[in-house]
Amino acid sequence: MSNGIEPTQTTVEPSVDAPKTPAMGEEVVIRLDNVNKWFGHFHVLKDINLDVRRGERVVVCGPSGSGKSTVIRCINRLEEHQQGDIIVNGVTLTNDVKAIEAIRKDVGMVFQSFNLFPHLTVLENLILGPIWVNKTPRKEAVDTAMYYLERVKIPEQASKYPGQLSGGQQQRVAIARSLCMKPSIMLFDEPTSALDPEMIKEVLDVMVELAQEGMTMICVTHEMGFARSVADTVVFMADGQIVEKNSPKELFANPQEERTRQFLSQIIQH
Amino acid sequence: MRQEERDARNPAYTHIEEPDEPTAGHPTQRVWDMLGWTKKHLFSSIPNTIATLVCLYLLWLIIPPFLDWAFLSAIWSSDTPDACKVDGAGACWAFVEQKHRFILFGLYPFDEQWRPMTAVVLFIAALAASCYPPFWSKWLIPLWAVVLTVCGVLMYGGVFGMTYVDNTQWGGVPLTLILSVTGIGLAFPLAVLLALGRRSNLPAIKTICVTFIELIRGVPLISVLFMASIMFPLFMPEGVTVDKLLRAIVGIMLFTSAYLAEAIRGGLQSLPRGQYEAADSLGLSYWQKTRLIVLPQALRIVIPPLVNQFISTFKDTSLVIIIGLFDLLTSAKTALADPEWRQFYAESYIFAAILYFSFAFFMSRYSQFLERRLNAGTRR
Ligand SMILES: Nc1ncnc2c1ncn2[C@@H]1O[C@H](COP(=O)(O)OP(=O)(O)O)[C@@H](O)[C@H]1O
Ligand SMILES: [Mg+2]
Repeated sequence: MSNGIEPTQTTVEPSVDAPKTPAMGEEVVIRLDNVNKWFGHFHVLKDINLDVRRGERVVVCGPSGSGKSTVIRCINRLEEHQQGDIIVNGVTLTNDVKAIEAIRKDVGMVFQSFNLFPHLTVLENLILGPIWVNKTPRKEAVDTAMYYLERVKIPEQASKYPGQLSGGQQQRVAIARSLCMKPSIMLFDEPTSALDPEMIKEVLDVMVELAQEGMTMICVTHEMGFARSVADTVVFMADGQIVEKNSPKELFANPQEERTRQFLSQIIQH
Repeated sequence: MRQEERDARNPAYTHIEEPDEPTAGHPTQRVWDMLGWTKKHLFSSIPNTIATLVCLYLLWLIIPPFLDWAFLSAIWSSDTPDACKVDGAGACWAFVEQKHRFILFGLYPFDEQWRPMTAVVLFIAALAASCYPPFWSKWLIPLWAVVLTVCGVLMYGGVFGMTYVDNTQWGGVPLTLILSVTGIGLAFPLAVLLALGRRSNLPAIKTICVTFIELIRGVPLISVLFMASIMFPLFMPEGVTVDKLLRAIVGIMLFTSAYLAEAIRGGLQSLPRGQYEAADSLGLSYWQKTRLIVLPQALRIVIPPLVNQFISTFKDTSLVIIIGLFDLLTSAKTALADPEWRQFYAESYIFAAILYFSFAFFMSRYSQFLERRLNAGTRR
């Protein structure tokens, strides 16, 4: 306890200091039950158990290659797991394509490399999912898109192509694109690691706001300031295992495992 | 080079007068630039100078006599070949004057040739309209339905007082256009399916597509046409005949689709994995993802190899001669059957070559235009 590390000096501190709203419900919306996954002979996920409740904000951290991306990509079936159960909104993930599409509709995902569609304008990127997947009328989809563009503070970029925007703007468009689907769960895979330092804050601000509104979020990130101010739970992963899981306050102040301690000290030194 | 050199030669020349437009500028400056270019690229060293001089000499040997033959001494108009047979006469364009209707329309009844003429004009107009991006809309589908029907009625006749003309009598430009445009038009969707199938996770579909593509690519077009025209009827039940023109179109379509499929597969492969994942994570179905995200990007990337194949197919339609169809090249050759005019084969082939070239050149330029236009907003 005495050698607990207080992660105060992170690169970026979100401007809004999030009050820890007790919005979190009791209902479990994502359950990973003894999940195992192999890439060929490589055992990438080992007995992962994780429950996420409605409104819970989970931050996943851990060294590179520890399987963080793989875990959250299993949740919307971008990767297939081989053992154990993944249950999202009460639906167990199998090879049933219709069930997978239904889950993907309700689970938004934001990638490290944005992955906007470069041949479509920003607005077209945003309305594509609602129109084709949710069958929303075009007019309504455009209104929703403009609403979320306002929310991420770039309504004036609607008619530009992604290639004409900065990295931070692209990532905010990517977040808006997911939100336009009105998802109940959002997954973030290192959304700020491909960004220049001065753009990290604008993206984190959007995420903090989202967290305060009670969105269920799983966020792979090394932004410990973000974790400290908004997360309900921080999960530390290493070598395909969940090493430790606790509230940010406890985990940072009082890490139980040596590996966690090492990792935290590294991340705070740099 | 530019700016510094210019400034050194002409101190009054400033960056403000000429931004960075190399072609704009004072006339004498331009002459200087040209001389500088000539010296730098053509006479920079002794071997380079020798090569330049040899090339100039060869051009001197070839070009003036050709111009003399093709234009100055050419016989442009005459009812008989005698005028062309005098000493010192150049190209006998009178041959083309006399035979152009045969070359353009083949064996189509002479008095009815206004029909293929109208059909070709309509067809080319519809093609041109389809090439113009602002016209791209769902209206093109009914437009083509109407145009193809009208062209079919004109070519076959048998209604509205027009005599019936069987498609064995079709020939020349209309036939070449029908073969290449329908061949390519049908091959393209098939090629997209083949390319997608080759990347499919379903082993059966993948095997079928790979086998088809590799089989077709492994044989020459001539043998595909032979198979279509000679072997195919052998397998048909007694009494069932399939139109010869249709068989040729099917042969060309199958052959072209295999090559187009490989070009398209290149585009599919070059698309980053993140694009597929982003589309998946929105919940798009396979076909939605393919149509809205994958193909628009992949096809854009492969416009040059696609057009390359279009041009190739367009020229390869001339191989239908071996199954007895009368395309443009065949009719140019057959026009020479007239013993009176037999010796003017060069003129006949040059005329056909000019027609082929115009179409191919248009396709090539159009592909460059399309590439620029489609990439206008998306370039990073
Ligand atoms: N498609 C794949 N095929 C094989 N190995 C992979 C694949 N994707 C990831 N891996 C491996 O799995 C491990 C975990 O990857 P990942 O989940 O991306 O880690 P993290 O996001 O924590 O950095 C890494 O060692 C990586 O090399
Ligand atoms: Mg990762």
